[in-house]
Amino acid sequence: MRSTILQTASQYLLPILLLFSFFLLIRGHYSPGGGFVGGLVASIAFVLHSFANGVENTMRIIRYKPMSLIPIGLGLSTASMLLPVFFGKPVMTSLWIPAQMPVFGSVGTTLFFDMGVYLLVVGVVLTILFTISLFSE
Amino acid sequence: MLFTVTIGLVIACLLVPFGKFFRNNKSVLLALVPALLFIYFLQRVPEIGSGRVFFESTPWVPALGVSLGFRLDGLSLLFALLITGIGTLIFVYASSYLKGDNYLDRFFGYLLLFMSAMLGLVLSNNVILLFIFWELTSISSFFLIGFNNRDEESRRSALMALSITGLGGLFLLAGLIWAGSLAGSYSIGDILNQAEAIRESTYYPYILVLFLAGAFTKSAQFPFHFWLPGAMKAPTPVSAYLHSATMVKAGIFILARFTPVLGGTALWQWTLMGVGGFTMLYASLLSLGKRDLKGVLAYSTISALGVLTFLLGMGTDHAVIAACVFLLAHALYKAPLFLVTGIIDHETGTRDLTRLSGLGKVLWPAALAGGLAALSAAGVPLTFGFIGKDLIYEATLHYKSAWAWYLTGIAIVTNVGLVAAGFLAGLKPFVGKQREEYRHVHLPPALLWVPPLLLAVLGLVFGLFPEQAGALLAEPAVKSIFQQHIPVQLKIWHGFNLVLVLSLGTLMAGLVIYLINTPRFRKSEFITVLERIRPGVVFGRLFIRAKQVATAYTNFFHDGYLRSYIIKIILFAEALLIYETYRGGAFSIDFSKLSPVRFHDVAIVFILVGALYKALKTSSRLTAVVCMSIVGYAICLLFVIYSAPDLAMTQFTIDTLTVVLFVLVLYRLPPFLKVKNVKVMVRDATISVLFGILMAIICLRVLMEPTRYNISDFYAKYAYTLGKGRNVVNVILVDFRGFDTMFEIVVLSVAAIGVYSLLKLRLKASEKE
Repeated sequence: MRSTILQTASQYLLPILLLFSFFLLIRGHYSPGGGFVGGLVASIAFVLHSFANGVENTMRIIRYKPMSLIPIGLGLSTASMLLPVFFGKPVMTSLWIPAQMPVFGSVGTTLFFDMGVYLLVVGVVLTILFTISLFSE
Repeated sequence: MLFTVTIGLVIACLLVPFGKFFRNNKSVLLALVPALLFIYFLQRVPEIGSGRVFFESTPWVPALGVSLGFRLDGLSLLFALLITGIGTLIFVYASSYLKGDNYLDRFFGYLLLFMSAMLGLVLSNNVILLFIFWELTSISSFFLIGFNNRDEESRRSALMALSITGLGGLFLLAGLIWAGSLAGSYSIGDILNQAEAIRESTYYPYILVLFLAGAFTKSAQFPFHFWLPGAMKAPTPVSAYLHSATMVKAGIFILARFTPVLGGTALWQWTLMGVGGFTMLYASLLSLGKRDLKGVLAYSTISALGVLTFLLGMGTDHAVIAACVFLLAHALYKAPLFLVTGIIDHETGTRDLTRLSGLGKVLWPAALAGGLAALSAAGVPLTFGFIGKDLIYEATLHYKSAWAWYLTGIAIVTNVGLVAAGFLAGLKPFVGKQREEYRHVHLPPALLWVPPLLLAVLGLVFGLFPEQAGALLAEPAVKSIFQQHIPVQLKIWHGFNLVLVLSLGTLMAGLVIYLINTPRFRKSEFITVLERIRPGVVFGRLFIRAKQVATAYTNFFHDGYLRSYIIKIILFAEALLIYETYRGGAFSIDFSKLSPVRFHDVAIVFILVGALYKALKTSSRLTAVVCMSIVGYAICLLFVIYSAPDLAMTQFTIDTLTVVLFVLVLYRLPPFLKVKNVKVMVRDATISVLFGILMAIICLRVLMEPTRYNISDFYAKYAYTLGKGRNVVNVILVDFRGFDTMFEIVVLSVAAIGVYSLLKLRLKASEKE
């Protein structure tokens, strides 16, 4: 099933949805959103693209196997979890950069933790969906 | 001291990505790790010898009283030197022995892991830490014993060793915690200081039994000894390392370490002397009936462990000195014997004693090492084994009890067996007529024969200078066992006395048995009778039984139908919920407290019910899926209305993805099942309606409960001040309950990897066809 309208739309929807998912990720600390939802939205963006253009083409856009996002995300979360240890604090203490950043607001280890969750969720969802859809073809 | 333990662990981890550099001859470089550690510990010898004890502590989990606490005293130093010293030689030997193996890097990874775990075990000053390392030795030895994982027998014995030592480890853990809570601290130093309190406590017998269960399983005491001969399936360097100096001595170490706390009571003495005495006698006799070289060594090792347990049980000055010296002597002769066996196996391809003879001409360095080790094992004067044997007799003869003579008798019989076993393993293959088929056997590379020769020569050197060996190594160890200074004076020549007569008599008797115990004479009636006492068989039956129960259980719960899984899960949940509701007693629902029903609520519920009805009626799976997603979206709308935006968003995206998932697999699924059977329909309807009602009741009850605002207040209050976020849900997820999130994402990754590998495997299989 190839629909020209969907194909064209997905070209534009993909970056917009990804931007939106990133927006959800960074605003999560103050308003509804967060890494988990953000990751889900990002994966939906890719899934939509794959519906219109086929999984192979979407895989080509991502370039790397979605599975490789899993260790990266898990690593990022673990790293931000362990980082306080090097400052002599217990594991998972949140550390903050004192200055306020534009757009982000306060930046701390929790943001990186959330980013790890985001990447991992994208990796997990896409791995599962793409594997299944390749299997079904 | 922390680094001595971690360095091996770190390098073992680094071998995962960089292992391929060490699959060739470079693997010998890895021996530098134990070598450097050995030098480090060697430097400490003079200081420890002068009576110092080193402590080091890093907080780890202070809330649970667990710290990375290490202590280096005489006892741990003796063990650490054996672990790293013999370890170095084993590493060198293994790099040549396993040359060309595809998984050489993996092997060295396990070996490093094991060595570090052993070091951690003997150095730790915290019982929880000690237990962690104890388990790590069990686990890493599992991989080492089962290294030839293509061989079923090898896998089986690895599993056997793991289950026996792992089981013992759990008992030990209970004992350690119990002792720790009586002493009020998990620090070994504190427990040693509270020795009186623990010994006089009414729980003392339980604690002792738990400790002994751990020690006896690890140190292969009867009736748990059978895993050790099985573990001979391991590559020979592993057997040499595990059974001469490390793994099996861990149990002895525990006994020695906690002697000040648990030792000295009648219960301790008689249990240890009984079990140790029986084990040493039993195994020493059995070792003579083996045809496999490694079998002989395995049983003589069990016997030696029995001797050590026996001596620690006696607990007199003489006995403990004898234990420390014999420990060292045994390591120094048993390791070369194993290594020489490895060389023979490597060069001739057999370990069958009836077929090996006259190899001395072709494998002369190995013969030299084996011969020297055999002499030490036999306790020929001027070797270190002789000193050890003397001390054992001295200990039994000086035992202040009417039993002294019986104990000496048992020791003599055991030692006669050990003498013969030593000759059998170290001498028999090399002497006699050279067989035709071994004429072409050539000398292996020096990396193989230098390590055993070095150890055997060291045994001789220690035997020639026993004063120094005693003062530097044995005396500090004895001091840490007794917690007080006891002079250790070892001499080559004690004068012409009873001990010397016994010693020489033992030697003669052993020699005679060795000479008459030819392959034809082997398997005499006496030994066959002993063979029948085999707890291994009982454990084997237990294993099979456990497997049968597990199979029956699995077959009942896992029939492979998703619907049946769901029914079981929901039924179980319902049972729990009904029980809880019943226990909670009567309650009333005050409808006036609930918010009034508005128009859009009704509308959403109508959509929901309509979609449900359609889902039940339809004959197309696609329609059913769509209907279910409508139900999901309707719930999302409710979340939005009742101001739970985070939930709504997540539910919304999840629902979308679920539909996508369903659509993807739609064509793979079997044709839509239209249930016609009324019975099934009634069953399913009852289960699901009941579940819905229960859920509704719970929701209403929650609303009726007088709300305790503590928790939500806490989060609302501190989300901003501590978590610096205004979105409480998110702050909880990433900060307050971050650990939960961490584990959840780990679970997610595991699930993804699971799906990936399952489907990829099937893809590969279908491609093959």
